[in-house]
Amino acid sequence: MVQFTTDDGVVKAVDGLTYDLHPGEVLGIVGESGSGKSVSTMSILGLIPQPPGKIVSGTALFKGQDLLKMKDKDLRRVRGNEMAMIFQDPMTSLNPVLKVGDQIGEAIEIHHPDEKHKVVREKVLRLMRLVGIPNPETRIDQYPHEFSGGMRQRAMIAMAMANEPAVLIADEPTTALDVTIQAQVLEVLKKAKEETNAATILITHDLGLVAEMADRVIVMYAGKIVEMGDVFTIFSAPRHPYTVGLMNSLPRLTVDEDWLRPIPGQPPSLITPPPGCAFHPRCFLSQGRAACREQVPELRPVEGANHVSACHFADELVGEASKLVGSGAGDR
Amino acid sequence: MLTFIVRRVLYSIPVLIVSSFLIFTFVSLAGSPLAKLRANPQFSQVTLHHLEHQYHLDKPIPVRYAYWVEDVTLHKFGSSLLTQQPIWPDLKRVMAHTAQLIITSELLALILGCIVGIYSAIRQYSAFDYTFTSLSFLGFAMPTFWLALLLQILFVDIYLKWNVRIFYTSGLNNPGHGAWSIDRLQHLGLPIITLLIISFALYSRYMRASMLDVINMDYVRTARAKGVPEGKVIRRHVLRNALIPVVTVATLNFGALLSGAIITETVFSLDGMGYYFINKLNNLDLYAIMAWLLVTAVCVIVFNLIADIVYGYLDPRIRYD
Amino acid sequence: MTEPNPTLDRALEQTPGHPTAPVVGGEEVIGGGDRMILADTADSLVYEHGLEIKARSQWAYARRRFIRHRLAMVSLVIVTFIFLVGAFAPHIAPYRYDQIDLNNILHPPTTQGHHYFGTDSIGRDYFSRVIYGIRTSETVGLFVAFLSTAIGLVVGAIAGYYGGWIDNLLMRITDLVLTLPALAILLTASALLGGGDKWRISLILVFFFWTTVARIARGQFLSLREKEYVEAAKAAGSGDTRIMFRHIIPNMMGPIVVTGTLAVASAILVEAALAFLGLGIKPPTPALGALVVEGQTNPQAWWLTVFPGLTLLIIVLCVNFVGDGLRDALDPQQRVRA
Repeated sequence: MVQFTTDDGVVKAVDGLTYDLHPGEVLGIVGESGSGKSVSTMSILGLIPQPPGKIVSGTALFKGQDLLKMKDKDLRRVRGNEMAMIFQDPMTSLNPVLKVGDQIGEAIEIHHPDEKHKVVREKVLRLMRLVGIPNPETRIDQYPHEFSGGMRQRAMIAMAMANEPAVLIADEPTTALDVTIQAQVLEVLKKAKEETNAATILITHDLGLVAEMADRVIVMYAGKIVEMGDVFTIFSAPRHPYTVGLMNSLPRLTVDEDWLRPIPGQPPSLITPPPGCAFHPRCFLSQGRAACREQVPELRPVEGANHVSACHFADELVGEASKLVGSGAGDR
Repeated sequence: MLTFIVRRVLYSIPVLIVSSFLIFTFVSLAGSPLAKLRANPQFSQVTLHHLEHQYHLDKPIPVRYAYWVEDVTLHKFGSSLLTQQPIWPDLKRVMAHTAQLIITSELLALILGCIVGIYSAIRQYSAFDYTFTSLSFLGFAMPTFWLALLLQILFVDIYLKWNVRIFYTSGLNNPGHGAWSIDRLQHLGLPIITLLIISFALYSRYMRASMLDVINMDYVRTARAKGVPEGKVIRRHVLRNALIPVVTVATLNFGALLSGAIITETVFSLDGMGYYFINKLNNLDLYAIMAWLLVTAVCVIVFNLIADIVYGYLDPRIRYD
Repeated sequence: MTEPNPTLDRALEQTPGHPTAPVVGGEEVIGGGDRMILADTADSLVYEHGLEIKARSQWAYARRRFIRHRLAMVSLVIVTFIFLVGAFAPHIAPYRYDQIDLNNILHPPTTQGHHYFGTDSIGRDYFSRVIYGIRTSETVGLFVAFLSTAIGLVVGAIAGYYGGWIDNLLMRITDLVLTLPALAILLTASALLGGGDKWRISLILVFFFWTTVARIARGQFLSLREKEYVEAAKAAGSGDTRIMFRHIIPNMMGPIVVTGTLAVASAILVEAALAFLGLGIKPPTPALGALVVEGQTNPQAWWLTVFPGLTLLIIVLCVNFVGDGLRDALDPQQRVRA
């Protein structure tokens, strides 16, 4: 559980999140802004400022050690080395007064302080070529403002890959980019994953991205997991009303539709969340039933292996196929 | 980088010219150089008329401006109408004195301010932070002349009570001592402290605010995510960015202070720019006033230029403006 | 960010598909087992209320934040008290400010005869003189802040909204005024044009202060005029002045109010400095700065220096705190707290 203390009260950003990550797989975490997806991964790496944030409870096991209980000194050795993170906004994620090459090189130098400068430079050039930055010999000495948005994100990916991490966390890597650039960066991400065989956590609110890259999907709402399963199942047979709502809210390019179908209402307050199931005020399935209003639903397995959903009435969705699958969308 | 500098310099020149014209026009329109003389019954109408002609006061402003520019450039500001003494030697002397005072106090204020600002930001909301925040608020609200006076009274008191002279409370020197002697230091001590306190408040707040701004930036988070130790994060990533606005402010402040130590110099009777200015104002010695204003404007423009260049050096984004 | 809201709940209850909802407007799609509902009307209700909640809360939030800023609140109380004392000077001061009493020269503070702040070298009661001095300071401070904010707002609005050569011209003028050393020009103006009167001094001060406000106003206008609601207003046919006043100005009042408040403090300080140097408000009108001068000539009579200066300090300090509190309250992204 991670919470933040603010002037208005205590915000419970993450409250109840359990998942496993297997080597080489891509895990997509999907949710609205404020669902806690970024906060959860940043807490694992110790990047949440601890006031006003606070990791109240929980464990994060990596290679047998609990990251949440590690001393900062040891955690630092993991950060950027065995676990690396790519952030959302490449415009502001690079230091404007340092050369790009130096910043990528820093990732290497911090964890391999004995490497000679020339060797590091060679490595940086190789990384830059890998992520597809043109003219690396010139670009390596340039400043971030001389790079375009897509190039900056590639530089960020290069930074993350520098030490061949076992886990790569990509937090909304394409959200701040143009659509055409998004596709390019996506390719780079795929390449990065293949090069390092890292387990990747892909955090996004873009379902298309998840469909493209993820093996498994976690859907988050108000700081909790509401559904988890492999990507095909989630897309073709969602078993939580929120997931259903998400799928249905996507406009489809292949079919003429008269209306957009958003999920009604607003995301809940994380200071005083609704009692019982956090989604019930906006839920079409709930219809005001007492169980939804009073009891917090547990994650229970729904049909099929490894598919869980946190809904009291998930069974009622059985047998319904999401409109997305079957008309060409969501192919893998 | 070079083109950047050249462009900035070129831009400053018209600013200088326009400023000089404005200064001249403003002062000439607002008062007549002969005002004090006219009030003095010793001067006859004939003398006044003669002076008027000699100083081209009967001509239109642009013509007078031309004569003045000639005076400034070729004759080193010419002479004061009232004292008939050349202006430049006096100006040179008082500029040196003020520069000595300003350089010392500003450097100290900057160094101390940065240290306190950095530490306050790193240990935000700590006792240290709260103490110095309160002190800097006090520093902002403090009227300069009051602070100077209090210090003066305090040290006069100390001398009278215990017969120990720590700091002198007026003047620049006792006779026979040089510009870099202990005696000079004793005389400049209190003025330096006065200016120091006020500038320190400014710089420490700026530094703190700048640090806090930068510490919350995304690229600092990236550095931490790379595994960079916190100390290095501060030194390499935060400081370099945070110092930029502070250095700029300090440079601009310095330029302004060359004319602005007026109050401090007046309280402590220091023979500097400010003191000179007040005297000339009270005597309505217009040509001296104009010369002073022009020198001041030049200083401000020059230091604005330096600030721009330093900023361009520190922040690569600006260079391609 | 929603708080429990009965209106919202009621709107949600109208959602088609909800057991108690009537079948309103939108289609209820029950095709192929798909029970997704078109909450057409309900949505509009919901979003309308949602937006309304947010807009109303902005000012309420600001007010709440300000009140919680205890330092600012205390300072506000103190300053209001002091300003009221100054405003009602003739009723509060025990003596007239020019009342001479040669029997009581240079008397230290005492409760006798209400000489709380002592007397000066010709026996005038200092307490009264300080109170009248407060009155002068507050008049100048408020007048200068108000007028310079108004002028700066107009100039900045025109420059920022219309852009182009108007902007360029106005900003060059502003730059020039800012280049010249303020105190020096103020002193020169006062010396040559004749100071002495508080309105004259105020006008001279306004001449400088408007530039800061203009810069800020212009910056705000430049960014706000690109906002979508301005485009919407234009598309709806609103004229320029209407857009400026109804849409842009209410959204930028935050920094302007803060600047204006801090300008009060600056104006008071500058006026005091001018008075101290003898080129500000001249006797017989009492000014706190001029009062301090008397202390310089009589260093043993510490009360002559301390009390006027202390009053100045307290006023400026409190106004600064209030300004800071306002800044905190009106800018929710402000991470730096005093």
